[in-house]
Amino acid sequence: MAVVDLLGARRRWRTQESAEARLGLLLAAPAIATILLIAIIPLGQTILDSLFQISLRFENAPRPFVGLQNYGTLLGDDSWFNALRVTGLVSGASVAAELVLGMLIALLIDRSFHGRGIVRASVLVPWALTTVVSAKMWAWIYDGRYGIVNDLLTRLHVIDQPIIFLVRPEVTIWAMVAAEIWKTTPFMALLLLAGLQLIPHELYEAAALDGASRWGAFWRITLPLLRPTILVALLFRTIDAVRMFDLPRVLTNGGPGKSTETVVLYTYNTFFTALNFGYGSTMAVMIFLIVLLVSFIFIKVLGAPTQGARR
Amino acid sequence: MTAPAGIASVPIATTSFRARGWRKRFEGFTFYTLVAGFVVFCLAPFVWTFLTALKGPTTIFEVPIRYLPTPPDLVNYVDIFRQDRFRWALLNSTIVASSATALSLVIGSVCAYAIARLNFPFKNLLLALVLAIAMFPGIAIIGPLFRQFNAWGLTNNYLALILPNVTFTLPICIWTLTAFFSELPTEVEESARVDGCTRMQAFYKITVPLSAPGVFTAAILLFIQAWNEFLFARTFMSQPTRLTATVAIAQFEGADIAAQYPWGQITAASIVITLPLVVLVLLFQRRIISGLTAGAVKG
Repeated sequence: MAVVDLLGARRRWRTQESAEARLGLLLAAPAIATILLIAIIPLGQTILDSLFQISLRFENAPRPFVGLQNYGTLLGDDSWFNALRVTGLVSGASVAAELVLGMLIALLIDRSFHGRGIVRASVLVPWALTTVVSAKMWAWIYDGRYGIVNDLLTRLHVIDQPIIFLVRPEVTIWAMVAAEIWKTTPFMALLLLAGLQLIPHELYEAAALDGASRWGAFWRITLPLLRPTILVALLFRTIDAVRMFDLPRVLTNGGPGKSTETVVLYTYNTFFTALNFGYGSTMAVMIFLIVLLVSFIFIKVLGAPTQGARR
Repeated sequence: MTAPAGIASVPIATTSFRARGWRKRFEGFTFYTLVAGFVVFCLAPFVWTFLTALKGPTTIFEVPIRYLPTPPDLVNYVDIFRQDRFRWALLNSTIVASSATALSLVIGSVCAYAIARLNFPFKNLLLALVLAIAMFPGIAIIGPLFRQFNAWGLTNNYLALILPNVTFTLPICIWTLTAFFSELPTEVEESARVDGCTRMQAFYKITVPLSAPGVFTAAILLFIQAWNEFLFARTFMSQPTRLTATVAIAQFEGADIAAQYPWGQITAASIVITLPLVVLVLLFQRRIISGLTAGAVKG
């Protein structure tokens, strides 16, 4: 009798389990369907398109299959390598600066003090601000005649002649990096602060008793315990920087020349200005692979946790 | 090693009381100076935009710069609201961002509930998919979407923006809500089911109301993301009456093409477009920060 009961319970449990599995799949289905329909299937189409020569310039232009020819063209495309260099430089410089600045700020405000709410709210302003708006704001701030940066530098006698920021390539790219740093450092600081607050205070007290300096405590306690947070923050910020489009499009439109043209901007122009959808798809596939590679390095090699920070 | 270090910390106690007071005050002063510097760093560009927007056409283009708008002039705000294009842009952004937020919440909340509460096959694959979407470069799908939306006659249709926005806001939605659902005690739900509720009734009647703060936090984050979207909005909408606010401001040319670039109107439009976000941030900063950082630090 006991055996029969056991079997019955087992059967009940099993059907309950499969009912749970069915319900789970049912509830997840709309999300999965949306992601498949809007992201995964179009991604497959982009990969397919990259093997064709597709020009939308003429209504009924032939669209021949060209195999890997577009990829060959890419290898010889100076503009592509220029865009890669710009993207690497801008994302490397801005993410590095954000990490250092964000860490300093997080360490500074990791305590209770009067006016914490004001600091917290002001931190969120650059983060919430539309990138397009921020790009316009900085274009105005950098303006060669009426910009406030030139005004302040002139009044402080740092410069005699106004700097035309957005015309000289070697200046423009750093002006863009500065705008990017302004927009994203506060968010980096917030993430790191949240991580800092999880570190038990006793650890620092113990370290102080053991004679560790503040500097030593930072290297031996803070950094190792903050490692997961830092990796997540770096992962998402690096990928955001690689995908950068809004800021260069609005602030400089890739100029002067191609000196601030990122890979996404170049690809976008190939699609919608040159109307070359085959070659554009090739670049889009490469950008996807770059993003994949970056996230693979962070997640597998460095061991970043996989559920993570939001923009 | 511990003993001498312990002794080393003793001299602090012997430092004279007065010297410690001064030192403390100095540290406090330095601290607040640095914090103030940081706040200025965050707000200055925004404040400067705000001040510029209040200047009339002659004051803006004065050299040397006049910092304060004296007297403040609302002409730029009047000008932009006179333009059909700008009024449309605000309406379009509101429609697209709110619809995308609502739809994403519906799709995302049931999915998050399943992830938090149920065991089902391919769950890890789903989590990987969600993570992939969070890092997905929009440029990788823009070509096929553009051609497909054209073929379906969806260009200049709100759906063409709502669908991609829903897709790309799903990760934040699912992560935020999964975190909230996991923190709710299962007992309440179970007792509701004992009282005769089905699982879905328990979800709608118990879990959703209880997680209202989480849903609200998610809604704010999603709305901000959808409101700020630029790449798709710029691509799928071309009619002047279908542009969103981000595209309108990027293409701003002013009411009449004067000799000067219309900085007054651009800054005024920037303030108007940013205002809803800044208000949300000021009102709900605590929620936003907890929502933003929850996933990151808990891994």
